Amino acid sequence: MLSLRFDHAFADFRLQVDVRLPMQGVTAFFGPSGSGKTTLLRLIAGLEKPARGFLQVGTAVWQDGPQGLPTHQRRVGYVFQEARLFPHLSVAENLAYGQRRAGSPQGTQVDRARLLQMLGIEALLTRRPERLSGGEAQRVAIARALLTDPQILLMDEPLAALDAARKAEILPYLERLHAESQIPIIYVSHQFEEVARLADHLVLLEAGQVVASGPLSELTTRLDLPLAYRAEAEAIIDAQVVEHDTAFHLTRVAFAGGHLWLPLHSAPIGSLVRVRVRARDVSLTLAAQTGTSILNILPAVLTDLAEESDSQVMLGLDVGGTRFLSRVTRKSVSLLDLVPGKTVFAQIKGVAIVE
Amino acid sequence: MSPGDLSALWLTLKLAGLVTLILLLLGTPLAWWLAHSRCRLKPAIEALVALPIVLPPSVLGFYLLVALGPHGPIGLVTQSLGLGTLPFTFAGLVLASIIYSLPFVVQPLQQAFAAIPPGLYEAAATLRARPLDRWLSIALPLARPGFLTAGILGFAHTLGEFGVVLMVGGNIEGETRVVSVQIYDHVEAMDYGAAHRLALTLLTLSFLVLVLLYRQRQPWRL
Repeated sequence: MLSLRFDHAFADFRLQVDVRLPMQGVTAFFGPSGSGKTTLLRLIAGLEKPARGFLQVGTAVWQDGPQGLPTHQRRVGYVFQEARLFPHLSVAENLAYGQRRAGSPQGTQVDRARLLQMLGIEALLTRRPERLSGGEAQRVAIARALLTDPQILLMDEPLAALDAARKAEILPYLERLHAESQIPIIYVSHQFEEVARLADHLVLLEAGQVVASGPLSELTTRLDLPLAYRAEAEAIIDAQVVEHDTAFHLTRVAFAGGHLWLPLHSAPIGSLVRVRVRARDVSLTLAAQTGTSILNILPAVLTDLAEESDSQVMLGLDVGGTRFLSRVTRKSVSLLDLVPGKTVFAQIKGVAIVE
Repeated sequence: MSPGDLSALWLTLKLAGLVTLILLLLGTPLAWWLAHSRCRLKPAIEALVALPIVLPPSVLGFYLLVALGPHGPIGLVTQSLGLGTLPFTFAGLVLASIIYSLPFVVQPLQQAFAAIPPGLYEAAATLRARPLDRWLSIALPLARPGFLTAGILGFAHTLGEFGVVLMVGGNIEGETRVVSVQIYDHVEAMDYGAAHRLALTLLTLSFLVLVLLYRQRQPWRL
C-alpha cells in the first residue's frame, strides 16, 4: 500500500491530498494542467519539500511530519517529461549511473539484458544522448530509472514532449512494461487515451484536491464524476480473448459479466485485452430481442441515472458485476419507465479494443 | 637573455601559475554561488568581481597598496599575525594578482555553471546520487570547457599585468620584478635589444596560451 498525505501550499495554489494507492499495476494521476499532478509526483520523489505530510511506500516511511528522506535515499525511479539524459555520458554510462549507485546487495532485481530488449535499446548503448530521437531518449530514461531497482516508478507525462508518431512508437513499450514489470507505476497524464490504455487505478485531481480515487473501470462509469459525461463516455473493461471466428472475422472476449463479440483481432486466444464500450453504443430493451442484427445482448440491472441535458440521460448498468454506461434520450427513460432496480437488456452496437 | 631576464620570466610563470591555481579554487564556489543564488546582494557582488575589468590598474594598485600598507585594514591584520606588511613582497603580488584576475576566472565559470540545466541534478538525485556526488559527476564534467577557459584566461591575464605590479610589488629582482617590469627597465635603460627579446618571448607565450584557449573553444565534441 502506498499512503500519501500532503498539505503543501505554493504562492497561489494549495495541494491537499490524503489517499491510499495499490502497490501494483499502473496508477494514473489524471487532471487538467495546474491540478497538482506533477507536484504530487515530485512530493513522492522528494524533489519538492512539503511543510509536513506523511508518505509510506510499502513498509518504508519516506516522509513523516516535517521530516522527509532526501531524494537520493528514496528507492524511487523517476521518468521526467524530457528524458534528462546526461549529455556527457553515453547511453550505457547513463544506464550505469543509477545502477551503480543503487547497487543493492543481492544484485539488482531487474534483469538488465531483458529490460534493454524489452525497451528496444540494445543497439543504442554506445550512442551519445544528442544522437537519439526523442522516443529513443525517453526509452533510455525509462531503463535508467528501472535499473536502480526502484520500489515505485514515477512517470511525469513521459509522452508529452513527443509528437504523435513518437507517442505511438513508445506506447507499446509502456504496455509491455505494465504487463511484465512487477514494479508499481504512477503515471501522470492529462491525456485520457494514455490513461485508458495503461492505468488500472485512477486518481482524479482538480485544483489540488483528490476528486476520486479507485479502479479505472469504476471511475470512468461513476455518474458523480466528470468522466461519465465526456462525449466519448465509456466503460473500460479488462477481458480475455476466448475465441476467433475466422469465418465471420469476429473475436469473442470474456469478462466478469459475460461475453462480447468484436471485430477479429490479432491478439492470441488466452491473452488479456482491454475493451471499451461507449455509452452512445449501448441501447436498452425491456425484453430480450430476437430478430435483431445486434450480436451483443447482455442482461443488466439499471443501477442509477443522471440527466445530462434537457434531452439526454446517462444510465449506469450492472452486467453481472461489471459496470456499463448507456446514453439514452429523456423520452426513452419516460417511455420505458426506466428507474433504478429495473432489469433490462443492453444491446451493444460497438465494442473496440483499447489501442 | 640575461640572468635577470630569466629570473623575471621564472617569477612571472610562478606568479601566473600560483594565482591561476588559487583563483580556480576560490573562484569555483564563488562562481557556483553567483550562478545559482537569488540573493539580493548578488548584483553588487557581481559588480565587485567585475570591477578590475574596468578600473585602470593603477587605481586598483593604489587602493591595494593603501589597504596592504602598515595602516591599511589588511596591513593591520597581517602585522598582528606577525606576517609584516605585504607590499613589495611576492605574497603581496600574489594577493594583488588574485584580485586583478578574479573576473577572468569567475565569469567563464559562472556562465558554464548557469548553462547546465538544473533538471539534470534532479535526475541525478532520483538516481541515488548524493549532493557532492551530483556536483562531481554532473556539474564538474559539464563545466569542463568553462574551467579550461577560466584557467587559461586567468593565467594569460596575470602574465600581462603591469600597473598593479608596479604599484604593489615595486621592482625587486627575484621577488617582484616580473617580465613586464623587466621590459620597462630595459626600455628605460635604452636597451631596446634586450627589451625586444623579452617582449617577443612574452608575446609568443601569450599567443600560444590564447591559441590553446580558442582551440578548446571549438564546437564541443563529445
